[in-house]
Amino acid sequence: MAERKRPKLAVWKFSSCDGCQLSLLDCEDELLALTEEVRISYFLEATRKIEKGPYDVSLVEGSITTPHDVKAIREVRRQSKALITIGACATAGGIQALRNFKSVKEFIRCVYAHPEYIDTLTTSTAISDHVSVDFELRGCPISKHQLLEVLNAYLNGRKPNVPRHSECIECKANGIVCRMVAAGTPCLGPVTQAGCGSLCTGKDRGCFGCFGPMETPNTAALAAHLKELGCSGRDVQRLFRSYNANAEAFRKESETHG
Amino acid sequence: MPAAEGTAPLAVILDQAGLDGLLTAIRAKGWRTIGPRVADDAVIYDEIETVADLPMGVGDEQKGGYYRLKARGDQALFGYTSGAQGWKRVLYPPRQKLFSAKRTASGFTIDPMAQPDAPLALIGVRACEMAAINVQAKVFGDKDFADPGYQGRLKGALIVAVECTRAGDTCFCDSMGTGPEVGTGYDIKLVEMVGKAGVTYVATAATDKGAKLLKAAKGKPAAEADLAAAAKAVKAAAKQSRKMETATSAKLKDVPEHARWDQVAARCMTCGNCTMVCPTCFCTTVEDVTDLKGDHAERWRKWDSCFTVDFSYIHGGAIRTEVRSRYRQWITHKLSTWHDQFGQAGCVGCGRCITWCPVGIDITEEVAAIHDSTKGRK
Ligand code: SF4
Ligand code: SF4
Ligand code: SF4
Repeated sequence: MAERKRPKLAVWKFSSCDGCQLSLLDCEDELLALTEEVRISYFLEATRKIEKGPYDVSLVEGSITTPHDVKAIREVRRQSKALITIGACATAGGIQALRNFKSVKEFIRCVYAHPEYIDTLTTSTAISDHVSVDFELRGCPISKHQLLEVLNAYLNGRKPNVPRHSECIECKANGIVCRMVAAGTPCLGPVTQAGCGSLCTGKDRGCFGCFGPMETPNTAALAAHLKELGCSGRDVQRLFRSYNANAEAFRKESETHG
Repeated sequence: MPAAEGTAPLAVILDQAGLDGLLTAIRAKGWRTIGPRVADDAVIYDEIETVADLPMGVGDEQKGGYYRLKARGDQALFGYTSGAQGWKRVLYPPRQKLFSAKRTASGFTIDPMAQPDAPLALIGVRACEMAAINVQAKVFGDKDFADPGYQGRLKGALIVAVECTRAGDTCFCDSMGTGPEVGTGYDIKLVEMVGKAGVTYVATAATDKGAKLLKAAKGKPAAEADLAAAAKAVKAAAKQSRKMETATSAKLKDVPEHARWDQVAARCMTCGNCTMVCPTCFCTTVEDVTDLKGDHAERWRKWDSCFTVDFSYIHGGAIRTEVRSRYRQWITHKLSTWHDQFGQAGCVGCGRCITWCPVGIDITEEVAAIHDSTKGRK
């Protein structure tokens, strides 16, 4: 086969815990094969060696929480042919978007001895709220299989196989007995996008919603059922307010409970 | 094939040791025995080896969106009603590799297919499940283009049916005409008789291979009275709290604008659980995957659901964007247009979609509501 030019890959970080970038390093077995296909040009978590842009593909982790972020992401967009956001922070604002529901000024006053040194926005928002994004890969953290699939699809010029349906479909395909039906465990699976590999439901836990809202989430119907299972309004609010608290469907649902 | 001509079908009485002998005989002939066992708070169908793996003394309570195991206080092995997922999992697995291919200098070559797994012995197939297996057999190529995977697995399979002697609260096989007496397609049929003296099985063979295996299990011959008692016990399972209005359900295609679709859409989460657990739902999607270099490709078939948006995607967008249209599609196909397509209903009344719908949407209730409104009774 004719040698193709290796596309330049950059990995960027905004407000985040680094877990999603680590998923790339976590690809262990596939990592070497990947470096044969792409040229890692900017990936501070892995190497200090930096190559100048423009880049063919940028993976962006983290949310926008400071005025500096707002400028930086525009520069990343300018430098990137394809921009793929990875993880709940980058696609929905992350757990730090809990600040969106409260007074940030108040937090700063309580936490920092010198609030005047803090330069932050009052919200944590998704990358797509600031620049156009070519593909959003969900998860907290993302699944390394899905990350490889997205890169693989990009390299081979095809559509990534990343379904947007419910976690329940994945749960059933994996042969897991429904936790909600068989044990009465509150579960966000019916309104959450699949992709995690049924990590929690496979370990006798309800789904925490790490992969964000599925394509057509009927959160009201689920919330009504969670209450039948004994959840209080506050419980329901808390369930919807975690890693994807600022994803529209989850945010709206959480605002009707409490 | 029917049992030896001119003679009554072989029927024997087995105790639990005899049943164990039957399992041993089946395994000795090279079948992989799949049967009920308890896992994760439910009865599931999985690999079993001996009678000790079966769910002894386990019953279940099922209602809309609710399933709990219940101790029966006896030694019954088939005292539950239907397992969490049906036999579709093994006869038509959720992920099937269709083929893989390698790039070559001049094009590509298709890799040889892997050898099929050992044939399956399905232990504990209920009447509704037997009916569902037959429904799928029709879907997968009664006419043209037989699906080699499904047909191959079914052809090689040994089916040991168990007739129910108690119906679950979500069962409605009686009104669908699919149970509780098991129809055709099985090799051996068991009726579990739980009495003061212990648990016995009235076992009847319907095929030669079934008869051979029953002989190996060394039961004592069943008397007329045993067969009559078994038939009577099975009759009790026809007492069911739910029923399908089949005349109305067959005509669902005539009411696409019924107000009920909006009402059910308010509750339906389009999560797809109903289609995943339904033993007759057969839809799949095809996924092509490549390796990073693009030198190796695989094509996979995966269970899909008419509740996803992608399911109705054609060039330019999805057709069924509203929840109402997706629920309506599912129930109308299942109960109404399936008749046009395959000459029968696509529902066997197993009740799984009711039990395993997280919010307990009930297929019989939806039809009943439409039935009542179209009959002017409400
Ligand atoms: S456990 Fe949760 S994700 Fe799995 S099928 Fe049940 S509701 Fe859906
Ligand atoms: S539609 Fe429901 S009751 Fe009918 S066969 Fe499917 S799961 Fe069973
Ligand atoms: S009917 Fe129930 S199981 Fe089926 S898609 Fe709707 S909510 Fe999910």
